Amino acid sequence: MVAAGLALAASTAPVRADEAPRRVVSMNLCTDQLAMMLAGEGQLVSVSNLAVDPRASAMVDQARSYTINHARAEEVHALRPDLVLAGRHSSRASVAMLRRLGIRVEVFAAARSMEDIGAVLERMGRLLGRADAGALAAARFEARLAELRATVRQRPEAALYYANGYTVGDKTLAGQILLAAGFSNTATRAGISGGQVMALEQLVMHAPEVLISGTSYSGETRSEAILDHPAVEILRRTRPSANVHDRDWICGTPYVLRAVHDLGGLRRKALEGAR
Amino acid sequence: MTLLALDDLSVSLRGRDIFTGVNARVEAGEFVGLIGPNGAGKTTLMRAALGLVAARGHSSLLDHGAAERARLVAWMPQARDIAWPVSVEALVALGRVPHLPVGRPLSARDQAHVDAALSAMGLDDMRRRTATRLSGGEQARVLIARALAQDTPLLMADEPIAGLDPANQISTMQVFAGLAAEGRAVIASLHDLGLAARHCTRLMLMGEGGLVADGPPGDVLTPDNLARVFHVNAWFERTPHGPVFQPLEVIG
Amino acid sequence: MMRLFVTLAALVAALFIASLLVGPARIGAVEGLRALVMGGDGPVPLVMREIRLPRALLAVMIGLSLGLSGAAMQGYLRNPLAEPGLIGVSGSAALGAVLAIHTGLSAAWAFGLPLAALAGALAGVMLVIALAGPRGSSLTLILAGIAISSMAAALTSLVLNLSSNPFAANEIVFWMMGSLADRSISHVGLALPLMLAGWVLLLPLGRGLDALTLGEDAAASMGVRLSRMRLVLVIGTACVVGAATAVAGAIGFVGLVVPHILRPLVGARPSRLLWASGLGGAVMVLAADLAVRLILPERDLKLGVLTALVGAPLFLHLIYKTRRELP
Repeated sequence: MVAAGLALAASTAPVRADEAPRRVVSMNLCTDQLAMMLAGEGQLVSVSNLAVDPRASAMVDQARSYTINHARAEEVHALRPDLVLAGRHSSRASVAMLRRLGIRVEVFAAARSMEDIGAVLERMGRLLGRADAGALAAARFEARLAELRATVRQRPEAALYYANGYTVGDKTLAGQILLAAGFSNTATRAGISGGQVMALEQLVMHAPEVLISGTSYSGETRSEAILDHPAVEILRRTRPSANVHDRDWICGTPYVLRAVHDLGGLRRKALEGAR
Repeated sequence: MTLLALDDLSVSLRGRDIFTGVNARVEAGEFVGLIGPNGAGKTTLMRAALGLVAARGHSSLLDHGAAERARLVAWMPQARDIAWPVSVEALVALGRVPHLPVGRPLSARDQAHVDAALSAMGLDDMRRRTATRLSGGEQARVLIARALAQDTPLLMADEPIAGLDPANQISTMQVFAGLAAEGRAVIASLHDLGLAARHCTRLMLMGEGGLVADGPPGDVLTPDNLARVFHVNAWFERTPHGPVFQPLEVIG
Repeated sequence: MMRLFVTLAALVAALFIASLLVGPARIGAVEGLRALVMGGDGPVPLVMREIRLPRALLAVMIGLSLGLSGAAMQGYLRNPLAEPGLIGVSGSAALGAVLAIHTGLSAAWAFGLPLAALAGALAGVMLVIALAGPRGSSLTLILAGIAISSMAAALTSLVLNLSSNPFAANEIVFWMMGSLADRSISHVGLALPLMLAGWVLLLPLGRGLDALTLGEDAAASMGVRLSRMRLVLVIGTACVVGAATAVAGAIGFVGLVVPHILRPLVGARPSRLLWASGLGGAVMVLAADLAVRLILPERDLKLGVLTALVGAPLFLHLIYKTRRELP
């Protein structure tokens, strides 16, 4: 469904190499990173402020060499772009405003599966007039994924538990990363496919073999306090657990491969523990 | 026995003298009517004597701590505040608060005082009624009963009979006179000079920024005082029915 | 009176046990209670001891605090509309708590959280009493409450919006509506000392509040020291509301609904209403917290949503009743 949507968007906006945009502005964390990977020299003018946030972005160093925008129509327009890249979650008002001003805006949906990532790389390549680079990146990504995704016989069950007691199931990118890394997902067993809050006592009762949480952000919040709840502490003490880097998990980019790879050690530990 | 001594008591509010240099002694057995025109400072004098408003000079009641003072004098303010829909009996029982240790329920002795106060004000049939639903006059009687239940040597009341029907005005004055007769003292501010003349043992006349006259009703309600302070003349005679006083007309 | 006490206490006990037995995880009553008492390994004792017990304990403690402080403030202000949530005391406490969390104070020192909430509540309650004092009308009280609540809510949102943490902005709902979900025994430990102090301060006020039924002058003449009483009330209220808000957010209307329902049952005596409202508050919060788990077990429905659904119509009714004194 998502892939179909992407294909449709691509087909209605054909771009030939000789029409490649010269001033591209990205106002979404995920398009920031895809554009930085694929844009030609000097083609990408600006990325969003999240791209330089080390907690959310896997490409902070590269992002620092671009002008930083805050995804507001006025400042984006002032950059005189001929192509603006936005996410499905970008402010509708900002996107509509830019379109009224005659600027071409391409909107990307968030990736929800590994397959989405290849498609997104190819689309970004075409939009930037660098279809070859996009296709190459997609092919490399898929090859590496196939390598990592070696068939597994045993899938230890892991729970993803985030701030506010949020967890995600199989129909999310994070859920797919977990599956690709050779785990099964506690959320699936609890009947959760998307993302939603799972009461702490449900987590405890499901007794996952492995507990995976996000890294905590700097700046205290009560949202993250649940990850220090005594019950979570006990779960963490009594089974393999890890805090993963959100930056590799948030966006559908080849960096998810790093997330899959990093879970390998945790899976081995879980299997040893089970033995 | 002196129950209240005021020495050179003066009160200024917002830079204006309400009254100055009031000297008075109230002895056991006296029923003092505090009279004077509106704004003469009757309420302020009583509040100052009780320490409820800052004053210069001295009031003997302030020689005692707040808790001790509450066992020496009961005070019935003019505002008939009843904040919550409590029963008449519960309201009257509040008079026992100064006598109860914290958290202790009413003893039989306390209950006897409450019952006596209810009877004195003719409230026996109303004890279960909700105080806030009574008429203004009934509420006034309940609040007087509350002050009676405090069972203090001295009772001070601010216009206690305002708004009562004639029968209740007279019986309230008789209750106060009875308290005086049994060796207590009552100070009540009054506007009805006729009732004051008939029932009080002594009148204190406030006006002209201080105490104008102080003594038996006949000595205070002189034509000269009435003309000077109240701007009225009156008919005042001792009759076989007791003293009768009737203001007649406004003068000058 | 004894009957009311026993009834309320029995309701608290029954709802407390029900609160232990209801949750998204299906655990049998006998199995759950045995795990609670005996302990042991496995997930059931963990759920019972670390998750459900703190939740039920906090519901009792917070309900008691809110009911008690509502009854005390109403007694002092002689106004049935005075309620910590409505008049901005809870909102100010939430502001204090948010500041403590987002400046890192609470991370550096655990008691920084309830104490900062206490400071916020103290500022709120002092403002209300200064603005609406015992002689103030309902109108002044409500206007003061609106002003203080809006100010506290705006500043809370400001602090959360300034935070660089992406989760911060979502927390506004928690602080405005309150929740007991997934609290831990450490929250009980944080709130209890302050609450105990507040209860000890507020409960003995009954005698003075009774006397205040007759107005300030009469109360003062009965030996009630009004300025001391006001100080105790302010500090006691700040302690209990601050501690409750620090761990569970601002739960509104408990201090309005409970005294209103119980007032006729205690003969409208402010002193009796104090302890009765404390118990009644525990009943209401326990019941509301059960309801959020029974109505929408899969969602984190906020506790304050339920108390407001019950309380707001009653609030309207009370305003309608007191509108005669409004100009």
